[in-house]
Amino acid sequence: MAKQHIVFSLNGGVVEILVEPRTLLIHALRETLGQTGSHIGCETSHCGACTVDFNGKSVKSCTVLAVQADGGEVLTVEGLAHNGALHPVQEGFMQEHGLQCGFCTPGMLIRAYRFLQENPSPTDEDIRMGMSGNLCRCTGYQNIVKAVQYAANKLRATQGA
Amino acid sequence: MATTAEYLEREQKLEGIGCARKRKEDPRFIQGKGHYVDDVHLPGMLFGAVVRSPHAHARIKSINKEKALALPGVRAVLTAEDLKPLKLHWMPTLAGDVQAVLADEKVCFQYQEVAMVIADDRYLAADGVDLVEVEYEPLPALVDPHHAMDADAPVIREDLVGKDEAGQGKRVHDNHIFRWEVGDKAATDRIFATADVTVKQAVLNPRVHPCPLETCGCVASFDKVRGELTVYITSQAPHVVRTVVSLLSGLPESKIRIISPDIGGGFGNKVGIYPGYVGAIVASIVFGRPVKWIESRIENLSTTAFARDYHMVGELAADKNGRIKALRVNVLADHGAFNAHAQPTKWPAGFFSICTGSYDIPVAYARVDGVYTNKAPGGVAYRCSFRVTEAVHLIERMIDILAQKLGIDKAEIRFRNFIKPEQFPYHSALGWDYDSGDYPTALKKVLEAVNYPALREEQAEKRTRGELMGIGICTFTEIVGAGPSKNCDILGVGMFDSCEIRVHPTGSAIARIGTITQGQGHQTTYAQIIATELGLPSEVIQVEEGDTNTAPYGLGTYGSRSTPVGGAATANAARKLRDKARKIAAHLLEVSADDLDWEIDRFKVKGVPGQEKTMKEIAWAAYNNVPPGMEMGLEAVEYYDPPNFTYPFGAYLCVLDIDRYTGETKVRRFYALDDCGTRINPMIIEGQIHGGLTEAYAVAMGQLIAFDAGGNLLSNSLMDYFLPTAVETPKWETDFTVTPSPHHPLGAKGVAESPHVGGIPCFTNAVNDAFAHLGVTQIDMPHTAFNVWKTIHELGLDNRA
Ligand code: FES
Ligand code: FES
Repeated sequence: MAKQHIVFSLNGGVVEILVEPRTLLIHALRETLGQTGSHIGCETSHCGACTVDFNGKSVKSCTVLAVQADGGEVLTVEGLAHNGALHPVQEGFMQEHGLQCGFCTPGMLIRAYRFLQENPSPTDEDIRMGMSGNLCRCTGYQNIVKAVQYAANKLRATQGA
Repeated sequence: MATTAEYLEREQKLEGIGCARKRKEDPRFIQGKGHYVDDVHLPGMLFGAVVRSPHAHARIKSINKEKALALPGVRAVLTAEDLKPLKLHWMPTLAGDVQAVLADEKVCFQYQEVAMVIADDRYLAADGVDLVEVEYEPLPALVDPHHAMDADAPVIREDLVGKDEAGQGKRVHDNHIFRWEVGDKAATDRIFATADVTVKQAVLNPRVHPCPLETCGCVASFDKVRGELTVYITSQAPHVVRTVVSLLSGLPESKIRIISPDIGGGFGNKVGIYPGYVGAIVASIVFGRPVKWIESRIENLSTTAFARDYHMVGELAADKNGRIKALRVNVLADHGAFNAHAQPTKWPAGFFSICTGSYDIPVAYARVDGVYTNKAPGGVAYRCSFRVTEAVHLIERMIDILAQKLGIDKAEIRFRNFIKPEQFPYHSALGWDYDSGDYPTALKKVLEAVNYPALREEQAEKRTRGELMGIGICTFTEIVGAGPSKNCDILGVGMFDSCEIRVHPTGSAIARIGTITQGQGHQTTYAQIIATELGLPSEVIQVEEGDTNTAPYGLGTYGSRSTPVGGAATANAARKLRDKARKIAAHLLEVSADDLDWEIDRFKVKGVPGQEKTMKEIAWAAYNNVPPGMEMGLEAVEYYDPPNFTYPFGAYLCVLDIDRYTGETKVRRFYALDDCGTRINPMIIEGQIHGGLTEAYAVAMGQLIAFDAGGNLLSNSLMDYFLPTAVETPKWETDFTVTPSPHHPLGAKGVAESPHVGGIPCFTNAVNDAFAHLGVTQIDMPHTAFNVWKTIHELGLDNRA
């Protein structure tokens, strides 16, 4: 199959790759670009393990073609920390024990990152609803809710300051 | 003299046993630096994909590979014919049976492995799968296990026809696998014949799947020049995998390296050895190149390791006061097309005989018959010890049903039957030796916390208005930490576990354990054990598992065995080092070893303030100044064979409300008190309990691997198989008591599976309780809104008139 040349922004840098038109974004990220932070749990857009931030929205990268990313902007878990400092969502998951096996975590973090921009002062119920596209088999979600609240507080504090 | 504050500070610095310290594994996971099997990318790697049967039962007439092989990038199509010369078309199972690696002339369940395509990338492998042409002659499918032993039932396993044994004792029908009996049948029958009251109920634990978020997979890499095989694999038991691969391939174990890297959840799904692994290994050996096989979610739910499928009939005999006199259980176990359940060898029904539960039942008898059906093989312990969820489910339902019949409160009947604290160690009617427990205290604490009498009053009041409210209680006892090698082995290897610790000269250490974490946080908790035992900060204790080239042989992580067995090995290995350290300290301080006291992180000369050596100082001395005749270095290894199992327990209570028009269930409150003995990291324990309760909720309220009458699978995607999101998942309240295990070096019992084992019956008891006043004795899981609505509708409770 003839490959397509695509260029997009990934975690702040520019990447250029050749992909088949049928290649899913998650496979381009993981296999072509070696960014294995985003995971695959279902390939049917149910689990959210593959969630990335794409042009300012949370998307399930198992259900997006890589060619659709051409010219776009993608952020994955690998791009969350800045200059060695963890993003508040990362810190929150660690502080509140919001992860166990870690497989859902990259998708959870990227979703939380966007969710808190959509709703900077969520209730616990808002968080449960806002994160419901991401499945976790280990934690039972209670600590994930706490982790997102932790990040929300921290983000509000730093932005207020 | 050190002040109390100084002691405390020193102790806190260690972040040892009892400390809710943050996890050491988190930094890599939150930065996308986890390393799971599918992240492994080796140069020249090929991909395998599996051609699967669309039929539940069919004869294979022909397989045509030509079109697939004609596709550029497809390297090979493996079938049973290709594996035959290597004698690898069948493989032994952990249960003494055999399983087809690739279907040999016939398929026995839908999605069974028929061929494996090896290609340059995963897309080409999938293309190749589509191009393999298989011609089938469909056969009648056997789906209902209750008809497995009918005279005219289709015979599933032609390879076993005429054999009266399939690896686990005598069988009486071509579709029969084993019969397992325990207890005193005659004595039990006698009590039933004369008891004041008896109850009998069919109780189903339907077929479900553990469904970890990461599916199964491997990367096999055979180096032809060195003759060495490395396999990265999603395995909960890497050392066992190495032994099995050696037995199958003929390669010496020393030339096989099995690596379980980060594992994205296991829950029993990753204990077995699956055809995909074998196919990838064979292909790698043939090509001399790495071969990756990663199953899709559909393949995962369809083929690798279902759980449960126990069709039970329970009976209790009791006196008028609800005091249980005997228990009788008959189980029909659907094992699918091959007997590949993962249990210790001598236990065809696992530890099902723990089914007398937390109650002092003088006499009991249990019988389990395993049968073949045209369904996927498996029968793993889904977040529980071997068949313990089924056992606990049975007794916890039966005691409720008995209470209902006698009109005794469901909490009260438990108090009347509990094994009393003073009866421990307790020998059960079916042969177990419970190590320790205090059941009444646990239940009392829970009832007080939720104000149980007020809940019952509220329920009574609601019932007068036709509203449905259920209160579920479960007082369970788990049996974990398999297990003593005298009665537990896997393929002949005793179920010990191991730990090796090396303390480096500057006082940091590395520990390697034979278990493997899949989210339980071993890198944190084992380090905490060593920190307390050795007086070195857990921060500088590195824990490694999962690489058979470096870790000592161990049986892996499942059945909550890491803390009871691996944790004990770790404590004992550390104690060996502390003994050596004491001698070194005595030498350095020029006193006798008996003159020294251990204090947090140092040895002190009795009665001489200031005369002391810290563990850090001793570590340095171990490499340059040891007593004459002593070996240099500070290393120890322990292989721990547990003297007994551990018996964690708990008391759970669930309150739920049911919408009588939609059948929707809302869990209002779930209060879980666990007693896992000594607690190593309370934060991690709580996380494990949240997770286990959520999986229990999933099983009770929605999970089902369903088939139609033709054996077609109806629930093998996440569209149809229930994994709760944050929205449905209830909020959890946790609590604890501490009753240490008397035989474990730390008193710890293991915890991660208790909430699953105890949670499921608690939910189902609550749903059943909501209908108990209407004479309902049993509604089987899953309690989906539709199923609950059906009950409501049958009872005519949804009349709006
Ligand atoms: S892998 Fe994309 S949603 Fe599951
Ligand atoms: S931490 Fe394992 S799936 Fe969420």
